[in-house]
Amino acid sequence: MIRSIRACKTAAEERAVVRKECAAIRAAINENDQDYRHRNLAKLMFIHMLGYPTHFGQMECLKSIASAGFPEKRIGYLGLMLLLDERQEVLMLVTNSLKQDLNHTNQYIVGLALCALGNICSAEMARDLAPEVERLLQFRDPNIRKKAALCSIRIIKKVPDLAENFINPAAALLKEKHHGVLITGIQLVTDICKVSTEALEFFRKPKCLDGLVKTLRDVVNSPYAPEYDIAGITDPFLHIRLLKLLHVLGQGDADASDCMNDILAQVATKTESNKNAGNAILYECVETIMSIEDNGGLRVLAINILGRFLSNRDNNIRYVALNMLMKAITVDAQAVQRHRATILECVKDLDASIRKRALELVYLLVNESNVKPLTKELIDYLEISDQEFKGDLTAKICSMVEKFSPDKIWYIDQMLKVLSEAGNFVKDEVWHALIVVISNASDLHGYTVRALYRAVQTSIEQESLVRVAIWCIGEYGDMLVNNVGVLNIEDPITVTESDAVDVVEIAIKHHSSDITTKAMAMVALLKLSSRFPSCSERIRDIIVQNKGSLVLELQQRSIEFNSIVEKHQNIRSTLVERMPVLDEATFSGRRAGSLPATVSTSSGTSLNLPNGVAKPAAAPLVDLLDLSSDDAPVPSSSGNDFLQDLLGVDVSPASVQPGTSQAPKAGTDVLLDLLSIGSPPVQNNSTPSDILSSSQDNKSSVAILDGLSPAPSGGAASMIDLLDGFVPNSPKPEDNGPAYPSIVAFESSSLILTFNFSKPPGNPQTTLIQATFTNLSPNVYTDFVFQAAVPKFLQLHLDPASGNTLPASGNGSITQTLRVTNSQHGKKPLVMRTRIAYKLNNRDVLEEGQINNFPRDL
Amino acid sequence: MVIRELSGVILTRGPKLCNFVEWRGYKVVYKRYASLYFCMCIDQEDNELEILEIIHHYVEILDRYFGSVCELDLIFNFHKAYYILDEILIAGELQESSKKTVARLIAAQDSLVETAKEQASSISNIIAQATK
Repeated sequence: MIRSIRACKTAAEERAVVRKECAAIRAAINENDQDYRHRNLAKLMFIHMLGYPTHFGQMECLKSIASAGFPEKRIGYLGLMLLLDERQEVLMLVTNSLKQDLNHTNQYIVGLALCALGNICSAEMARDLAPEVERLLQFRDPNIRKKAALCSIRIIKKVPDLAENFINPAAALLKEKHHGVLITGIQLVTDICKVSTEALEFFRKPKCLDGLVKTLRDVVNSPYAPEYDIAGITDPFLHIRLLKLLHVLGQGDADASDCMNDILAQVATKTESNKNAGNAILYECVETIMSIEDNGGLRVLAINILGRFLSNRDNNIRYVALNMLMKAITVDAQAVQRHRATILECVKDLDASIRKRALELVYLLVNESNVKPLTKELIDYLEISDQEFKGDLTAKICSMVEKFSPDKIWYIDQMLKVLSEAGNFVKDEVWHALIVVISNASDLHGYTVRALYRAVQTSIEQESLVRVAIWCIGEYGDMLVNNVGVLNIEDPITVTESDAVDVVEIAIKHHSSDITTKAMAMVALLKLSSRFPSCSERIRDIIVQNKGSLVLELQQRSIEFNSIVEKHQNIRSTLVERMPVLDEATFSGRRAGSLPATVSTSSGTSLNLPNGVAKPAAAPLVDLLDLSSDDAPVPSSSGNDFLQDLLGVDVSPASVQPGTSQAPKAGTDVLLDLLSIGSPPVQNNSTPSDILSSSQDNKSSVAILDGLSPAPSGGAASMIDLLDGFVPNSPKPEDNGPAYPSIVAFESSSLILTFNFSKPPGNPQTTLIQATFTNLSPNVYTDFVFQAAVPKFLQLHLDPASGNTLPASGNGSITQTLRVTNSQHGKKPLVMRTRIAYKLNNRDVLEEGQINNFPRDL
Repeated sequence: MVIRELSGVILTRGPKLCNFVEWRGYKVVYKRYASLYFCMCIDQEDNELEILEIIHHYVEILDRYFGSVCELDLIFNFHKAYYILDEILIAGELQESSKKTVARLIAAQDSLVETAKEQASSISNIIAQATK
């Protein structure tokens, strides 16, 4: 069959062959064919390996296992292990067969059972069969003992409680001479110790520990043994297992660690490291040394070995060395620093795995003293690294620079370089943070804007760079043109006003600019039109080109700004004044997800205030925005909104917070209130209607407009949160609380009817009435029916009653829900006629009444 | 699924690169023998270099058993390859470090299978004779 499958040239052919075979197998299963069962199972397994479904064969495996012959059992167990896993319920059926086989006289069959159990048993099976396995740990045949040991490992992993039972048998295994049993025994002990602290204590006792150390010493010193020799070392696997066990035993325990010091030193120095086997042993040895309690000499030894590994030409060795060094840093950072140069080389390695490890290691090594050279190296490499790596590299560089930058100018320099190289990989928070820093570094504004101008000339495709650049040019354009604040390290540069406008224009028109960039560019143009009055006309031309843009945000900005430039020159300059310094502390606090404890007022002074209006406008607005963040459900995202609003960015509808859904109607009333509060700071140059048509300093009024306009286009988030801030105490319309008292609608000597009222959310005309009927007489009422009639301006709907038998003397009640809709809600109260019919001792009774005492405002 | 994903990752790696890849939080160690790749998936804490040794251990035993094993041997005798694997690893842990012992065990079990087959065929012969 295999031959025929391999002969197939196409996938479809293969599927056809497989289907035919499956059909044949299924037929054979149905006929319960004994002879070819094992062959069919083998075929099934092959088909399974190719990836086709084979569930129909599972019962066949079971039958095969149950049969008496060795070949059938062998293939049955193999099928079991391949076709089933522990999640299948069918597995439970095998438990019985397994139990019998574990007690079989033929030790190979016992071996098969142990093997299967060890590979796929589930927790229940483990519990059932654990005693058998325990017994087999002491079987005379070493082959069985070692299988039993590994099986026990799986049992312990599945059912940790059973670990204690295995401690003693496992301890016996440690004294074995047979390598196979010894290895598995050690493995078992290691796993027991990981699971049970009691076992850990037991095996840490000097008696046990010394035995282990002696075993290791014997193996290290043993002469050439052809059976176990690999690359000149006797049984490296045994070495490694022993070292692992010592690792577990020595960790956290000083005495145990002392015992092992000598042997560890011996292994570390004497093992040859020209072959992989030797290196594997050294690796494990170093790992052990690093984890046990401190011993200076050993640690130095270990780090030296790692240093040797690092300069090895074999990639595997270097990889494991980097891995180990990461752990070593916590232990001895100084020593690792010495190898910094080599590690840096590894960051540039051809091998992706090595690069990743090296980068992580470098990141861990960074501190204030070496951040500058390290960053320089990494940024240099950024230029030549390949795309998948750039993302990681950029993130790490940005994070490093942010944490350890010694001064602002260096920070800005590095960030500019990163943005020029890999701006597209830079996350939003990073360049937001950059802008905050720039705005705080007031003496560097000129330098920054000039540097950005130069950078943008060369790297226009890097989106984030363009965004930061146009923001800065918009803000500090005058400094750019007038060469304000030149530092002596700068080369002189002359930029004319129209050059500056060129840059922004290119940004708007560039094909790869997305909406955020274009929106920011618009704002920048508006600012420039005020700062460079001579270019005003040209700027206006650029702005109106977006008047017909399909994107609402751009269109809106275009029209508004155009109107400002054309008609409102008198307020324009105050509108686009220099932005107040963004408060770094608040920003980083928000970013960290914590709510600011105090409302922040922008503390930094803004430059060049022609009149003092702008600042108070900013302060209460900032306060208001802080208020909004207290209500915002997710502080970190509100932090972003805060900054995004200030930057005039925030086009994505995804940023609209859930707050928008909460207060739609209450919103409009309060909004007008808010505007009257918000207007005094700007009242000296605009009327309320102007507020609606012009844009304010921080662009938050765009958000107000968005809130008013029927189509919310994002950016309204914090504003609507603002509105929430103003309606904390007013009762929400959807309040379902007991605003209306319940009434006794009808009362007679034998019956009481009470009404409880509630209003469904969003519908003030409708009232839900919960009617409760209670029987006061000592007799039971049966066939209880309630009817009601209402005048024409009301609509009534009765739900079915909870029952129609009313127990006597108030021992129970019937409830029924009524729904009344009042078309004259607020003008006329509810009124209702009732008719109650029931049978008392098989006599019909009728009670009628009228209910006039409904609460007035239902 | 898993196989497809892993083969995609491993097959694209060049010859001089190290034999370890990180995948879904685990480490995968692979070794290439001509056109065959042997891959083993391990936890973060296991010793990668040792795994390379284990893979080599297994391949050497296969070699001894089949006599200069090649890919076709493994395809047509996958069940035997699995039997040998079951003698080397259980529950993911190493079982036996001596190639000689493993070979001996496999040989013993194979002979059991042979004798069983002979018995079966002789019984069916007898029955066939009897029912003629």
